[in-house]
Amino acid sequence: MNSQIDFHAYPDAHGRFGDYGGIYVAETLMAPLAELTAAYERLRKDPAFIAELDRDLKHYVGRPSPIYEAERLTRHVGGARIVLKREDLNHTGAHKINNTVGQALVARHMGKTRIIAETGAGQHGVASATVAARLGLKCVVYMGAVDIERQKINVYRMRLLGADVVPVTSGSKTLKDALNEAMRDWVTNVADTFYIIGTVAGPHPYPQMVRDFNAIVGREAREQMLEGYGRLPDVITACVGGGSNAIGLFHAFLNDKDVRIVGAEAAGHGIETGQHAASLAAGRPGVLHGNRTYVLADENGQITETHSVSAGLDYPGVGPEHAFLKDAGRAEYVGITDDEALEAFHLLARTEGILAALESSHAIAQAIKLARELPKDALVLANLSGRGDKDVHTIAAREGIEL
Amino acid sequence: MSDNRLDRRFAELKSAGRTGLIPFITAGDPSPDGVVALMHALVDSGADVIELGVPFSDPMADGPVIQHASERALARGVGLKQILAWVAQFRARDNDTPIVLMGYLNPVERVGYPEFARRAVEAGVDGVLLVDCPIEESAVLAPLREAGLKQILLAAPTTANDRLARLCEAAAGFLYYVSFAGITGASHLNTQDIAARVADIRARSAAPVAVGFGIRDAQSAVAIAAFADAVVIGSALVDTLAGAQDADEAVRRAGQFLSPIRAALDARH
Repeated sequence: MNSQIDFHAYPDAHGRFGDYGGIYVAETLMAPLAELTAAYERLRKDPAFIAELDRDLKHYVGRPSPIYEAERLTRHVGGARIVLKREDLNHTGAHKINNTVGQALVARHMGKTRIIAETGAGQHGVASATVAARLGLKCVVYMGAVDIERQKINVYRMRLLGADVVPVTSGSKTLKDALNEAMRDWVTNVADTFYIIGTVAGPHPYPQMVRDFNAIVGREAREQMLEGYGRLPDVITACVGGGSNAIGLFHAFLNDKDVRIVGAEAAGHGIETGQHAASLAAGRPGVLHGNRTYVLADENGQITETHSVSAGLDYPGVGPEHAFLKDAGRAEYVGITDDEALEAFHLLARTEGILAALESSHAIAQAIKLARELPKDALVLANLSGRGDKDVHTIAAREGIEL
Repeated sequence: MSDNRLDRRFAELKSAGRTGLIPFITAGDPSPDGVVALMHALVDSGADVIELGVPFSDPMADGPVIQHASERALARGVGLKQILAWVAQFRARDNDTPIVLMGYLNPVERVGYPEFARRAVEAGVDGVLLVDCPIEESAVLAPLREAGLKQILLAAPTTANDRLARLCEAAAGFLYYVSFAGITGASHLNTQDIAARVADIRARSAAPVAVGFGIRDAQSAVAIAAFADAVVIGSALVDTLAGAQDADEAVRRAGQFLSPIRAALDARH
């Protein structure tokens, strides 16, 4: 690893993280993105905006979220101590709300009256519908028709919150296509519409802005570890689809050279089967959704369909900062299969009384693997990015149980 | 005189006082067998330049008509290699009509920029329009420009003034003005606004200005022709071709669609 790099100095003024990131969009979106960048640059340094955001995070989201040492899980595994950052305890049940609260405030300051969002598992859609309801903004959520079918509860939650959920039937009818459709909406309605992207992908300034709003996860966890254990963890881990919860946890630790960083991608049925969503482990650099990053594509450069038991990780790209961290050797990215994630889900449920989201179960599985390799006095910090209530039907169906 | 077909063609149009007609088709739709015949049919019906769409799995800037055409072409296995082979085949009979490939970066990036540039020039391509590659990111396209391919740039109603100056300065082949903020295939043309903007661009740019998005028939083409060097027609044509049962019918439909537009443009004088 290059110890000279200041990992907190990215992105540069062009929105680039080394070779990755940037702005790869149609000409019509260049001006709205410049307008957004200017507004965000101003607001992120504005003490009144920061105070407003902090207030919302404390009183509406319920921050800070605790860290919790999973002692029975640790004993069961028989290795290093496993500590969980409890983002599942946030309002709406996942880290996604950190970002939507922030972007909704930016939208309001910019005078936008309409919010659009894309969603895969529905968590970001719910988090967007939530903040839109609270601020009295109109909200349209684009969601792949396939995902609508497998995440019915979240679809209904969004509708209860007053959002209009629009099924996307183009392409693979999943998250990537929902993102395409949201971009098309934005390009058509730029005057009054604010697009809340849910992950650290998309054109600049989104990868930076979404990271900044989620970075509170790592800032809190870093302080909580120092306070509770008197030292930093030896290794931190999080699941990576687009990568927003992972970058949220990782960012505060990037310049702590002794902290090992491991991202867990969705290996689906196994990377060797081709049915997975491990863009960093099995993809190559390319351009998708407005940024240069690692993508899963065929020999003609067409983006391939992905597979994961978890809809939230089912994405053929990844945030450009993760691509940069991989190439720089600062973070490792490994695959966790569907079966490994499900096993971790059940183990955490039975040893700790916590139902983790299927996405987060990938991080738990990785934490278990790491704990097994490390000495008993080592500390493994994993981001429990969301709760698993939304996945109960999926898990029951896999086990042949009708609810 | 330039050895690029685009420059030659726009010089001819200018001296003849004609408005250029630029049809867009998605390569491989409605049928991979009939692409080359379809291209010749477009020229026979009055096309001055052909825009050949390279299908992409995630066409963010396109409306449903071109999305679906791309999906159909991809389902039939159409890729860049085959598209370049069609261009080369077209060139055997037509060495004059400029061809612009229009699409997204990733398929080109996969081939590799220097390799793509070499193969495209060899096949007889004249220009490349990559929708998701704004001028700020176009350093990667240097090998294309060095090989003689024109990088067609876009300007939009939302383009800020200082950027527009930069685009006008860098424009090569022609500058493509997007007539409204939206996706391909939508239609809310406000001719007055477009006219004012295009006049501004023409005053600043040495390159000719083609207007696209929202032009679907002779009437809208003539309205735009009053102030543009060329008109681009995409979704309306792709939609017309979509229902064709076979390659012959696609050729007939192309002629029936394009000929009246050509005639209306020429009747302006």
